[in-house]
Amino acid sequence: MKILVCVKRVPAPGARINVTEDGNEVDSTHLGFTTSPHEECAVEEAVQLVENHGGEVTAITLGPEVAEEQLRYAASVGVNNLILLPIEEIDWDPQKTADALTKAITEIESSEGVFDLILFGNESADSGGFQVGIRVSHQLGRPIVNGIKNIEISDNEVEAQREIDGGFEVYKLPLPAALGVKEGINLPRYPTMKGRLASKKAELKKLEFSAEDGGQKRNKLHRPEEQVSETVILGNGPEAAPAIVDLLEELGVLQ
Amino acid sequence: MTLLVLCDHDRGVISDSAYEALTFARPIANSKNISLQAVLIGQGAEQAAESVISFGVETVKVASHECLTDYGPEVWSETLTQIVNETSAKIIVSCGTDRGNEVLAHVAARLEMPFLANCRKIQIESDSSAATRIQWGGSLLEDVTSSAEVQIFSVEHHSTDPEAQSSSGGGNIVEFEPDLDSSLTRTIVVDRVVRTHGITLTTAPVVVGGGRGVGSAEGFAPLEELAEEIGGVVGCSRAVTNNGWRPHSDQVGQTGNRIAPEIYIASGISGAIQHWVGAMAAKNILAINTDPEANMVTKAGYAVLGDLHEVIPAITAEIRSRRNA
Repeated sequence: MKILVCVKRVPAPGARINVTEDGNEVDSTHLGFTTSPHEECAVEEAVQLVENHGGEVTAITLGPEVAEEQLRYAASVGVNNLILLPIEEIDWDPQKTADALTKAITEIESSEGVFDLILFGNESADSGGFQVGIRVSHQLGRPIVNGIKNIEISDNEVEAQREIDGGFEVYKLPLPAALGVKEGINLPRYPTMKGRLASKKAELKKLEFSAEDGGQKRNKLHRPEEQVSETVILGNGPEAAPAIVDLLEELGVLQ
Repeated sequence: MTLLVLCDHDRGVISDSAYEALTFARPIANSKNISLQAVLIGQGAEQAAESVISFGVETVKVASHECLTDYGPEVWSETLTQIVNETSAKIIVSCGTDRGNEVLAHVAARLEMPFLANCRKIQIESDSSAATRIQWGGSLLEDVTSSAEVQIFSVEHHSTDPEAQSSSGGGNIVEFEPDLDSSLTRTIVVDRVVRTHGITLTTAPVVVGGGRGVGSAEGFAPLEELAEEIGGVVGCSRAVTNNGWRPHSDQVGQTGNRIAPEIYIASGISGAIQHWVGAMAAKNILAINTDPEANMVTKAGYAVLGDLHEVIPAITAEIRSRRNA
């Protein structure tokens, strides 16, 4: 089967994120970059599916030239084909991003055949728009379900599970289909030395493309007001237990 | 003008997130003299309709159709899109839950309109809007303007306290039958797997969280014991799931669960930003940590400085001894 994974280069989550002085973008001076976590899991899932069912995996990203790094990383863990849609700006709005991806996928499929499955991350770690995968799938006329933490492929169908409170919802989508994947679907592997070396030589295609602007415009990024809290120290070590239980009683959580 | 609020419910059981969205939307509708209407789609919608009227809605649209056997992003969004067209609604709001964001993104794709997910503030003008939405799960904010015929927003989950309107006049319930092609049922829920009955991470009044400081999978036993003693559940940080000590479903954080318990007991958790944004909606936070400088300690309302391996069992023992007294 043929699987396409859409990934995004983002600053490494966990770091304190600062904003440039003009408020237009994230100040990346001291930040490392990585593949957005849900998408790192999507890459792993695609590689596992192909290991089990045969076929090949293509990874695509829309981003600056340096996003080549995230594509090479995907190759180092088993992705076969790499496609970069180079842009100059830091971050496109979600409609424009979806338009570009839709056009690129349509063009790739017209010469190389339809992808059986397209995997997206549920949402990007940085802008968190929750929509690019859905817009692309709608344009392509393919079914998509988000929030997926388990995937089983059978003949012409993909069974996908979405985690809900206390369990899972089960969906069965006819192929070709698309899914928005969430972290937790697997534990992504680390690249082997052999994988790393091979990824440096993997062919990377750059596609020319066009896209229309969407209807939203960013004015400013800013940090939320820090929650200033006067931390009440209830004590040190196990001797603090009575004070803790007093607090729990006061909050009415002890039945 | 009409403002539609998509109300999340599961087979007739309304979600608190629906009340959050209604509470968020009400002042916007009132200030602009816009008709506030609630939308409930599919199986069980009828029985949930009464409960939203007290939130000040003028009309509740209840959509039913033989294809609406259960939740499905395509059947729900096609239904909502048809209601938007029928009512000429200019604003659509939902809570930024999995379903809320999913359905609104589908609606936005159908209408070819922008969609602003997880807003904290929105300001409506006649053909444009200004909004503040979260990025990085809430560690950054984006001020964004959009011009669109139909303005589509989701509201950050847990950012609004649901509040019914005491003086609300009786809203009316109107049935709506969408025109649905059976091909759209390709994304409908066909089955459910129940893993746990009873309280869960997102509904528990107490969450006992453990981080890297717990040290191992076995190290969580005292946390389990405490959680059981007080009717809570155990949560964990990303470091813990990455080490394979707990399943990912227990993870609290940007890429895990957003929790909002009465109290979150965060033990051995340093409080990296991605964890904090999943826990910040907790009404109270008690940090247990050996490091007084840990983020979790400085941000928490309450803290105990010490080794969680000693403190947690001591809490359980104290509760038991008071109960036996």
